[in-house]
Amino acid sequence: MSIKVLYFASLREDIGRASDLIEDTGQTGSLTIAQLWIKATGRNTIPDELLVALNQEYTDIQASVKDGDEVAFFPPVTGG
Amino acid sequence: MRLIKIVDTGFDPWKYQQDYQQQSMSGKTDFGATASFIGTMRDFNEGDDVSSMVLEHYPAMTEKQLNRIVDEACHKWAIQNTLIVHRVGEILPAEPIVLVAVWSAHRAAAFDACRFLMEALKHQAPFWKKENLRTGTTRWVEKNT
Repeated sequence: MSIKVLYFASLREDIGRASDLIEDTGQTGSLTIAQLWIKATGRNTIPDELLVALNQEYTDIQASVKDGDEVAFFPPVTGG
Repeated sequence: MRLIKIVDTGFDPWKYQQDYQQQSMSGKTDFGATASFIGTMRDFNEGDDVSSMVLEHYPAMTEKQLNRIVDEACHKWAIQNTLIVHRVGEILPAEPIVLVAVWSAHRAAAFDACRFLMEALKHQAPFWKKENLRTGTTRWVEKNT
């Protein structure tokens, strides 16, 4: 399956890129967002204040992803 | 009725609100209250002088989240019309960042829904501010006030 991963704001700068395309061919079961984070970023720790969106809706890192999903990782929002 | 707009250049919130009301509510006579909030850029934050800032967002999600909070406000209050305009890109002190306006029959719904929309926007809409300080350094705003 293929998952689009996006990074925003300070996290994008910290990781050094705005997006990744994760191709996961070997996976038989489901892939959680926490597993996807490690796969995409190569980092084993998840930042405390990390926010996660699945197909532009807030979710948590235990949610599972499926082929074609878009997952975004970003720090707390500061608009308005 | 609603309009949600993300703009990447300066906008005049008063003119925007007036034009939108004229376009979308022409002939309507049943609204008795309009509440609006305008957020502008301050030239200071956390004790430092800020000379400009850059607002980044996640376009597809911004639109979805703002529509969701307007849905929620429409569910909670008897409101007739909503306008949200938000800037992105480089912003200078005193320039408007956000406009939220709500029209309803009575003031309580207009005031309450306007406040709700503004607070929900600040906590849910995926925007991020990066400040350029007068000292020449830049920093991401980490938390909303």
